[in-house]
Amino acid sequence: MSNIRNAFKNGKAFIPFITCGDPDLETTGRIVRAAAENGADLIELGIPFSDPTAEGPVIQGANIRALSGGVTTDKIFDFVRELRRDVKIPLVFMTYANVVFSYGAERFISTCAEIGVDGIILPDLPFEEKDEFQPVCAKYGVDLISLIAPTSHQRIAMIAKEADGFLYVVSSLGVTGTRSEITTDLASIVNVVRENTDVPCAIGFGISTPEQAQKMSSVSDGVIVGSAIIKLIEKHGRDAASPVGEYVKKMKDALKAASCE
Amino acid sequence: MSNMNGRFGIHGGQYIPETLMNAIIELEQAYNHYKNDPEFNRELTELFNEYAGRPSRLYYAEKLTKALGGAKIYLKREDLNHTGSHKINNVLGQALLAKKLGKTRLIAETGAGQHGVATATAAALMNMECVVFMGEEDTKRQALNVYRMKLLGAEVIPVTSGTATLKDAVSEAMREWTSRIDDTHYCLGSVMGPHPFPTIVRDFQAVISKEIKVQILEKEGRLPDAVIACVGGGSNAMGSFYHFIEDEGVRLIGCEAAGRGIDTFETAATINTGRLGIFHGMKSYFCQDEYGQIAPVYSISAGLDYPGVGPEHAYLHDIGRAEYVPVTDDEAVNAFEFLSKTEGIIPAIESSHAIAHVMKIAPEMDKDKIVVITVSGRGDKDCAAIARYRGEDIHE
Repeated sequence: MSNIRNAFKNGKAFIPFITCGDPDLETTGRIVRAAAENGADLIELGIPFSDPTAEGPVIQGANIRALSGGVTTDKIFDFVRELRRDVKIPLVFMTYANVVFSYGAERFISTCAEIGVDGIILPDLPFEEKDEFQPVCAKYGVDLISLIAPTSHQRIAMIAKEADGFLYVVSSLGVTGTRSEITTDLASIVNVVRENTDVPCAIGFGISTPEQAQKMSSVSDGVIVGSAIIKLIEKHGRDAASPVGEYVKKMKDALKAASCE
Repeated sequence: MSNMNGRFGIHGGQYIPETLMNAIIELEQAYNHYKNDPEFNRELTELFNEYAGRPSRLYYAEKLTKALGGAKIYLKREDLNHTGSHKINNVLGQALLAKKLGKTRLIAETGAGQHGVATATAAALMNMECVVFMGEEDTKRQALNVYRMKLLGAEVIPVTSGTATLKDAVSEAMREWTSRIDDTHYCLGSVMGPHPFPTIVRDFQAVISKEIKVQILEKEGRLPDAVIACVGGGSNAMGSFYHFIEDEGVRLIGCEAAGRGIDTFETAATINTGRLGIFHGMKSYFCQDEYGQIAPVYSISAGLDYPGVGPEHAYLHDIGRAEYVPVTDDEAVNAFEFLSKTEGIIPAIESSHAIAHVMKIAPEMDKDKIVVITVSGRGDKDCAAIARYRGEDIHE
């Protein structure tokens, strides 16, 4: 069983997304530690990509800031190696297929295993193409996280049956970004998942408030928040660690309250 | 030539978000059905002939031939199609397919604006809504085409992300498609993106080589020695090559935009300078840095200013069936002016890349050799930009 399961043992999981190197890796280190100390159960670390086609304007902005700051895949590997001295919660990379492919699948994924990255999320790698990286991930014990979308319908069972780590359930159509309302019937999607796997489900895309997090967690095992956190980092820059920490605490508290109900 | 999973050798595939998978599968199934449907093909042929003005002429460029003093040169006049380029071939096919799928809205990316204009045209004809994404940089370079699209009833959205050119317009159209799938068809403009687009677009553009073959046999009684076309994503080249792939005696030459030269960073010559990668739904060659970040490419031609190339071209390159050569801005601008003066035909700056290469190779070829150049589009849209390139401001 992968380390990722541990993220779901502490009630409903709170999973923040943070782009590495936005605005610089030193700040990212402080933000990750603040998130971990304030109750984050798993952290998605974004490796920036020049053309993030699944992202809305907020996370696109983080990618641009990070890349203009000179961050690279190698610098991020060194950064995580250093982070792992004290950060023990599960960590996964979120990036795009070309970042892994260009580095060399074997070289990238074996390095993930070596530095303690538990999984990889690639939004441009659907079920049909996962053989590009899945065999290498299996070889090194790194989970390749699958995504399920509101449009997946009859594909849900197929994807769930082969899922590793956790399932990333995309809450809404479109790209990442905060939304005032989420209208997808997520309970039905998660029900189909449950019939096909015991891998935990986390819902992401569009979640920003404690109320939304509570609502989403009532039908899943955890929630993922990206854009709302990136907005805090965009606003506070190098001083973002403490506002992000406070935000994570607020969200995790909301999830704890929901779990007790 | 593609297999079940949309692969051309190692290239192609479907590297797209899960959100789009069912729409892509639905499109593939519909295409597999309609491509063999006599009624669909009858409707499409009628649109090609009655609306777009096909077949396009295969014109013997006698003055160009004499001026260069070598091989006999024919021009495949896609510039004479309705809307002024080969783009209409693909767009009429996809719009008809989208109608059959019950879609009421077309979205498209555009570089030079030719594909956007063609899509807006088909949308007007078929009473569909149309939204075109165009890099902000390109909306400036191609202001006339922006006006044409609006005139045709389309909404043009300037894209400011990234380098604000064609690749960003593709990214933005893909983002839009993930947010609105039910009523919307993404009318991709080139032989690129996820399967089945490279196959669908190639099939609709293959009418070009189908006609060339018939026309050249009529005029010369034999196949040409070379077929030459410009390559950005590669749709007019793929259409020009397709029916000649099995004819090994016909050289297939794709002309890439080298911008300021392939030894500079200001280039868009993907096969000449790029390496294997995964982007915009496909595995193919891309201009990228050592970490796989897509390079900010450059060409004077907004239509060739793209960091990737269609997967079937990547495959034809791998197996050595087609050659891909770089042509610089300077060479293309010279060819633009040269064809205008010698033949009275103003070619698109994109097509001028193919003409420029023929200006290099034709004089070295024997007079009994025959080359066909696809003039993919007309150059009216480029006049202001070329004037600027020559230091003249003509205020469109």
